Amino acid sequence: MKKKEKSTDEILMGSSSSRRIFNVFNYILMAILTLLALVPLWYILCLSFSSSSAVDAGKVTFWPVGFTLHSYEFILQNKEFYHAFGISVLRVLLGVPINILMCMLIAYPLSKPEGRFPGRKFYVWFFLITMFFDAGIIPTFMVVKYTHLMNSIWSLIIPGAVSVFNMMILLNFFRELPQELEESALLDGAGHGTIMFKIYVPLAKPAIATLVLFCFVSHWNNWMDGLMYINNSAKYPLQTYLQGILTTPDLTTMTNAQLEILASTSRKATNAAQIVITTLPIMIVYPFLQKYYTKGLTLGGVKG
Amino acid sequence: MKKNSSKAFKGRASSLPLHLMLLVPVILTIIYKYGPMMGLVMAFEDYIPSKKGFFFSLFKSSTWVGLDWFKYIFQMPDFSMIVRNTIVIALGKLIAKIVVPLIFALLLNEVIHNKFKRIVQSITFIPYFLSWVILGSILLQIFSPRTGVFTQLLEFFGVHDFYLFGTPSLFQPALIVSDLWKEIGYNTIIFLAALTSIDPGLYEAAAIDGAGRFKQVLYISIPSLMGMVLLLTLLGIGSIMSAGFDQVYMLYSPAVYSTGDIIDTYSFRMGIQGGQYSLAAAVGLFKSVVSFILMVIANFMTSKLGNRSIL
Repeated sequence: MKKKEKSTDEILMGSSSSRRIFNVFNYILMAILTLLALVPLWYILCLSFSSSSAVDAGKVTFWPVGFTLHSYEFILQNKEFYHAFGISVLRVLLGVPINILMCMLIAYPLSKPEGRFPGRKFYVWFFLITMFFDAGIIPTFMVVKYTHLMNSIWSLIIPGAVSVFNMMILLNFFRELPQELEESALLDGAGHGTIMFKIYVPLAKPAIATLVLFCFVSHWNNWMDGLMYINNSAKYPLQTYLQGILTTPDLTTMTNAQLEILASTSRKATNAAQIVITTLPIMIVYPFLQKYYTKGLTLGGVKG
Repeated sequence: MKKNSSKAFKGRASSLPLHLMLLVPVILTIIYKYGPMMGLVMAFEDYIPSKKGFFFSLFKSSTWVGLDWFKYIFQMPDFSMIVRNTIVIALGKLIAKIVVPLIFALLLNEVIHNKFKRIVQSITFIPYFLSWVILGSILLQIFSPRTGVFTQLLEFFGVHDFYLFGTPSLFQPALIVSDLWKEIGYNTIIFLAALTSIDPGLYEAAAIDGAGRFKQVLYISIPSLMGMVLLLTLLGIGSIMSAGFDQVYMLYSPAVYSTGDIIDTYSFRMGIQGGQYSLAAAVGLFKSVVSFILMVIANFMTSKLGNRSIL
């Protein structure tokens, strides 16, 4: 099988010497682009493992200088950091299932043709308008404030629970499924809930895996809502907390022990270590969901 | 929309459960999406928050000023600068994020070793998943005026006092390129998928007719991708008023306000940080109305051009 593929490749791509030269340059270019994506992350990793004096003197390039775990020790003593980390984890654990459930609850009914679901058109427009017309941050802020979500973790979850854009990926996927599936299930006496969870959802696994990845990433990465809806910095999710310390250090709230370590640790080095730990969960989840998203994105998303 | 419903089933199954499924999402949408739309009334009044609640402040305690805020905005010297910055940055990003991934996908498609292809694709997608808080601070470190690794490289070549994110003339290109670097993976995947859906028979026929690989790409691959290019362009037009709040907010500083301040950052500074709710809401409303009009035009054009509409 594999051999056959290669030979057709050769027919199509040719094996002339100009082709070989092109291949060499192409492979080099691809390698450079790949490195370009990695270099900044590698640099931060090197900073996080370097001694503070080396970091401050700007000696670190692409290999740790004066290898040390100091920065990580500092973070381990920094209660605010893992508190914020915990809040972000909680946010993901609550927020992602709610996002996905909302997507399913909208996508399933809307995947029915108008004849089978009178009123479909009304709902489609009802949701689409919200995608087209964004009221902006100030009025949204006011609504969150007056629905008493301020300073609660729900302020980070409820206002964004319904994402029409994500829902469309699932909707398009559901619409590709053959109608006979539903018809025969209905004849067998299954309700819509059963049909959705037992038949549609398992079949839409690539789309749902894609949604899980994107919802996870957006919950994990969002810092703006933390900044707007949470006034108490002790309740900040991780990225909001990070945004704060990366721009302004707060020396007043630190204990003496922390200050001592800080004195021996460059702020740049500790910041680098916090960045590394913050990106870790995404790096861990990414490979597992990665095989699905190409399929999920292209089948359900924009198509040519 | 389409009339492919099976008539035999009409009326047999009740649609009540379907309505019930939609109940919770609809309520949430009314509160958190349509509620703020009503809140836009504040753009037409001198909004003063009162303790008696949002709607009381909105309809009772604030005084109606009509279009005064809009007149004020349009007379502001900064406003045209902000709008211009927003459009230039957003347009630059839109073009870069279509052209470069297109070329990237075509070149990646020429890679014969599937494993290498997959690795390149997966790794270049990684920055897409990191937040601008993370990427912004990494970039600021790399280009840091004193200790950044890039700055030192330049010093080695004799260039001194270079700070990419502090130079107004370079700030916009820096935003466009760094955004491209972050998001290149997404559109590349979309183009790659479109490439795999091209009928291989076309290439075989062209090869038999004596077309080399370059000609095949030129006359088969690129024309096949044009539909996707058009779709992505039209989709992007609706967000031409959003130049990327997160990225700009992380990277800019008062030194580059002249080229880097955009509608969203301005609105945030005025409204959330400055407490001028009505002014910020008016700026936001202006942005939303323009985007809405552009979206409708784009959607109309996609459906006119034979593609199925965005809806």
